[in-house]
Amino acid sequence: MKKTILSLAAAAAVMSFGTMAAEAKVKACWVYVGPIGDFGYSYQHHQGLLQAKEKFGDELETAYLESVPEGADAERAIERFARSGCNIIFATSFGFMDPTNKVAGKFPDVKFEHATGYKREHPNVATYNSKFHEGRYVQGVIAAKESKAGVAGYIASFPIPEVVMGINAFMLGAQSVNPDFKVKVVWANTWFDAGKEADAAKALIDQGVDIITQHTDSTAPMQVATERGIKAFGQASDMIKFGPTTQLTSIVDDWGPYYIERIQEVVDGTWKQSDIWGGMKEGHVVMAAYANMSDEAKKLAEETEAKIKSGAFNPFTGPVTKQDGTEWLKAGEVAEDGVLLGMNFYVKGVDDKLPQ
Amino acid sequence: MFEGILITIATAATPLLIASVGELVVERSGVLNLGVEGMMVMGAVTGFGVALATGSPWLGVLAAIIVGALFSLLFGFLTLTLVTNQVATGLALTLLGLGLSGMLGESFVGQPGVKMDYIYIPVLTDLPLVGKLFFGQDPLFYVSLLLTAGVAYFLFRTRAGLTLRSIGDNHTSAHALGINVIGIRYLAVMFGGACAGLAGAYLSLVYTPQWIENMTAGRGWIALALVVFASWRPWRVLAGAYLFGAVSIGQLHAQALGIGVPSQLLSSLPYLATIVVLVLISRNRRLTMVNTPASLGRPFVPDR
Repeated sequence: MKKTILSLAAAAAVMSFGTMAAEAKVKACWVYVGPIGDFGYSYQHHQGLLQAKEKFGDELETAYLESVPEGADAERAIERFARSGCNIIFATSFGFMDPTNKVAGKFPDVKFEHATGYKREHPNVATYNSKFHEGRYVQGVIAAKESKAGVAGYIASFPIPEVVMGINAFMLGAQSVNPDFKVKVVWANTWFDAGKEADAAKALIDQGVDIITQHTDSTAPMQVATERGIKAFGQASDMIKFGPTTQLTSIVDDWGPYYIERIQEVVDGTWKQSDIWGGMKEGHVVMAAYANMSDEAKKLAEETEAKIKSGAFNPFTGPVTKQDGTEWLKAGEVAEDGVLLGMNFYVKGVDDKLPQ
Repeated sequence: MFEGILITIATAATPLLIASVGELVVERSGVLNLGVEGMMVMGAVTGFGVALATGSPWLGVLAAIIVGALFSLLFGFLTLTLVTNQVATGLALTLLGLGLSGMLGESFVGQPGVKMDYIYIPVLTDLPLVGKLFFGQDPLFYVSLLLTAGVAYFLFRTRAGLTLRSIGDNHTSAHALGINVIGIRYLAVMFGGACAGLAGAYLSLVYTPQWIENMTAGRGWIALALVVFASWRPWRVLAGAYLFGAVSIGQLHAQALGIGVPSQLLSSLPYLATIVVLVLISRNRRLTMVNTPASLGRPFVPDR
């Protein structure tokens, strides 16, 4: 008995020493809305965590909470992190916006980073997002080049500005090649339901589209497209393994560079409030390898990507007409970020009525 | 195109049907297992993993059935032997299944799975219009129909089925007659677990051959609801599952056609339509009372 107690004490001593030895300079914490195993949105944020971990090694301690529901639970999760000694907390979903700001008020020494939101009520809150629509424009260009039917199918999640912006960018990209191009939109009303996404893809294909793109998170539409022998675009991560002969390209969310940059700033003590909306230029939006398309389409896609990357071209450049026929952007006019972030209308050519 | 739509509907309905029919047997024996979602997702991860490791979808299906049954045994032990609250235990089983499957499946994420092949019978499958629908679907589609017929026959045409129903209606009387209430309920619970496991394997091997956390996405709950709305009748469960599938697929087509009805309303249609129709067909109160297992969810402790 005595021996057991002794060895327990020894073990405890070793353990406490162990934590002391590995004490990191900075602790960064992540709150995810979905499971890290979704192979989509939360998965990509987690890849960012892993990149940061690899970069900083023992200097950085990390923690994460997955599948945190938006709302009161999120506030508890964020507050728990703030109390547990996190120096910087990344809240990675739009619905964490108010909880993040609320907790930030109570912990002025902790840095808070909220993804895809716009509220920065305290000096220790920053926001960040990515211009995924830049990638969608390139996809539109490819779709119009590759489609024989002249119609693409778009599996959408919820009618929020982010998604509407993506549909419009895709449409404009397609129209830049083929002014008569059509896009059929199906709202799955979920971010994540493999079965439903597969069904939506099948319905679209049965109605004659020969290219599928999606703004939902599973790889199911890619698999359906492969089975039916048409082409498709991946979402959030490179899905080429699910459609080796199907995937044209994929918009890959690369949060790693941003996370590393911000954590470095915390280490250096130079962290400041900011609102970053990074795109291809900043390396936040990356296109997966162009595949399964004609050389001509590939060349055009690469040119378009280069144009956007260099900052010479903005996908939302006039002349652009709204779906109802009224003029939105005059020739040469570039859309303001504020309008894009609150986008609630379609551009001309989208074959759908926007749910309000 | 029409045939394609019907096949899509069958694919959407089959997992619901399999899980519902299993749960129907459980509930007919007087046990309410709300853990369908958890057992289903365990079946999905097992089926995917085993098929991936062995390259054989059939071994995956077999493993999913076994794991589903074993997982439900946990529920059986807690509720039947230790007489815990069935509702709470069922919910716990769902939470456990969702968490455990996520952990077990961590390395499967992002891996293309093994897909079960469609059936192909020369000549018959090539028949125009109906060939693929009747003779060219995935094997589990036919299994689900046989399962429904088998359960309907078992429950209402055999002595063992009568015994099972009698336990569900009045476990005290059944016990007094010398029927082994707990033993039979164990078997029923395991049958339900096996079916849920099979339904899960259908998702990860046929419907969308991949593993993603939470990939059941609430189908276990729909299966549970179908049992109640179908007033515990196997063929009505089939009707409910297909109706649900038909409206789900129909609304997607309506959207793709761009008819201009709000998509939120269209998305809720499957639920609305299923409830309305099943309420209509079970509006005969007396018949519903007869079909409802009177001992459903009530704990049973045999007096010695």
